[in-house]
Amino acid sequence: MPADIDIERVAHLARIALTEDELAAYSEQLVHILEHAERVQALPTDGVEPTSHPLPMVNAFRADVVTASLARDEALAGAPDAENGYFRVPKILDES
Amino acid sequence: MSDLADLTIARAGTGLRAGEFTAVDLLEAVERRAAVTEAHLHAYLTLDREGSRAAAEAADAALASGDARPLLGIPIALKDNMVTKGVETTASSQILAGWKPPYDGTAVRRLKDAGAVIVGKTNLDEFAMGSSTENSAYGPTRNPWNTDTVPGGSSGGSAAAVAVGSALGAFGSDTGGSIRQPASLTGTVGAKPTYGLVSRYGLIAFASSLDQIGPIARTVPDAATLLESVVGWDPMDATSYNGEIPAISRSLDGGVAGLRIGVVTELTGAGIDAQVLAATRRVVDRLADAGAEVVEISLPAIEYALSAYYLIAPAECSANLARFDGVRYGLRVDGATTEEMMAKTRAEGFGPEVTRRILLGTYALSAGYYDAFYGQAQRVRTLLRNEFTSAYEQVDVLVSPTSPTTAFEIGAKTADPLTMYLTDICTIATNLAGDPAISVPVGLDDAGLPIGFQIMAPALGEEVMFQVAAEVERLATFVERPRLATSKVVAP
Repeated sequence: MPADIDIERVAHLARIALTEDELAAYSEQLVHILEHAERVQALPTDGVEPTSHPLPMVNAFRADVVTASLARDEALAGAPDAENGYFRVPKILDES
Repeated sequence: MSDLADLTIARAGTGLRAGEFTAVDLLEAVERRAAVTEAHLHAYLTLDREGSRAAAEAADAALASGDARPLLGIPIALKDNMVTKGVETTASSQILAGWKPPYDGTAVRRLKDAGAVIVGKTNLDEFAMGSSTENSAYGPTRNPWNTDTVPGGSSGGSAAAVAVGSALGAFGSDTGGSIRQPASLTGTVGAKPTYGLVSRYGLIAFASSLDQIGPIARTVPDAATLLESVVGWDPMDATSYNGEIPAISRSLDGGVAGLRIGVVTELTGAGIDAQVLAATRRVVDRLADAGAEVVEISLPAIEYALSAYYLIAPAECSANLARFDGVRYGLRVDGATTEEMMAKTRAEGFGPEVTRRILLGTYALSAGYYDAFYGQAQRVRTLLRNEFTSAYEQVDVLVSPTSPTTAFEIGAKTADPLTMYLTDICTIATNLAGDPAISVPVGLDDAGLPIGFQIMAPALGEEVMFQVAAEVERLATFVERPRLATSKVVAP
C-alpha cells in the first residue's frame, strides 16, 4: 500500500481542476481512508471468485427491433451549448 | 377528523375510496403541513405544485369511476436522484442545477401509472454520497424530532417528509444504508429490496452494483404497498430481475411463531450505543415470546464490509460520474479547450465529498492498483455472501440495530469522513450481499430520538422479511410522532 499518492495524476485522470491546497488536503484524506481499506488486503482470498453481481443472472437480451427514442430537440434541450442539432464544445485539438 | 396529513397510506386510501375526502383535499393537507414544516426542515428541494394538483384531480376523477388501486390519489415524495420528466432533478448537486429531465425513470413512471400524486423532490447528500443529508449543495435537511440533529442520509429529505407528514410515503435509494439509516433516525419504516427487484433506469447512478430504489413509510404495510407498485423486470435495466417477484405483502399477518431469527453477533456488541442495544434486545425477547426461535449468528466477514464498500462504491462512482462533463446537460464552466472546460466544470460542480470519492475511486481503478483494491474488495464480497448464505441455511431472517446510534447533531461528523462512514456499519453488508433489509422504529432513547430495528433476509426473501417486520411493528407499538408533526408549530 503506497504511503502517498500521486494526487495530481489522479485529479487529472478524473478531470477535476483542483488548487494546490485542495490537492494536498484530498491527498491526506485519501491516505487516511486507504489505511482503513488496507484491512481487506489482510484477508486470504486465494481461489475466491470476485462477486460483481449478487444474483445469478446471465446476459439480458431483447429483440433487435427499432423502438422510439428521445427526439433530437429533447436530447439537446438540457445542453449548455448546442448548434445545428449538435452538442457544441470548445476546440478539442490543439491547433489554430 | 384528525389532520389528513397524519393518515397512513392504507387509511387514506380507504377514506378516498369511501368518499370521506378527495385526493385534492389530501394533497392540500400535505401542502399545508409542508408550508409549516419546511422552514424548519428543508426536506424538499422542489414542490411540483402544478403536476401534483393535476395528478390529484385526475385521481379524483378515477376514484369517482370506482378505480380502487391502493396508491391512487396518495401524495408521495421522491428523492431528487430519481429522474422526473419536466421537473427539476439535481441529485442535490450544483452540476445538475436547473436540469429538467426529458424522461421519467421506470419507478417514477410506474408510480404515476399507479395514480400516485408526486408532491415533489426531496433533499439528499449530493449524488447520494453521505449519511446525514448535510452534503447537499442546497443546504442540509433537519430531523423533525430535534432540528439540531441530522435526519440521516442520504435519503434524509424523504425520511423527514414522511416523518412529519409533508408526504404520506416516499422513495429513496439505498447503496450502503441510505434508506434504512434515515428511516431509523426519523422513526419511519424504510426498506431496501433485493438488488434487481426495482429497475434502476432513471435513478442517477452512484454505485451500480449496489444501488436500489426502495420505500419509506410510516408503517410496514404502507412500505409494502409502495414497494409492490414499483417492482418488476424492466428492459431498460439489464440488471433488473426477470424471475418471479416475491409476494411482498402476502404474510404481513403471519406472525413469527416457528420462524428462526438470527441475532448478528458482530452488530450487537462493541460500537453500538447502549440504549440502541437495549432496545434491540427488548425486541428480540418479544419476538421469542411471540414464538420465534432466536439464535446468535456470527458473520465474521462483516468486519471487512465497510473497507470493501469504501473501495467498491467510490470505484463505481468515479466511472458513473464521468458523464457529468459539461457537454450534454447541467453546468458548464468555460475553458479554452474541451478538456479544460470539463475539468473546471467538474471542480466547480461537485462538492467535497463527491470529489473525494471520485478521486478515491479513480485511484483505486488506476493502473497497477485495480486488483489490489477493487478486485480484492469484490472477493471479500464473495466471502461475505458465502457467510450470509450459510446463515440463511440456519435461520429465516437476521436482525440487528439499523444504526449504531440515534440521530447525531448537525456538524458532529463532518470534519472526518471516516467517522461519517462508520455510521453505516450495520447496513452496508446487505448491499454488498445484494440481499433485502428493512428498518422498523421500535422506541425512543432518553433524548426522545427514534431507534430503528433492522431485519435482513436472503435475496428475494421480501415476503418473510415483511412478515417479521410487521410483527416487530405490532410488538413495539411505536406510535410517537415528532413534535413538528402537529400543525401548532409556528414557522420561524
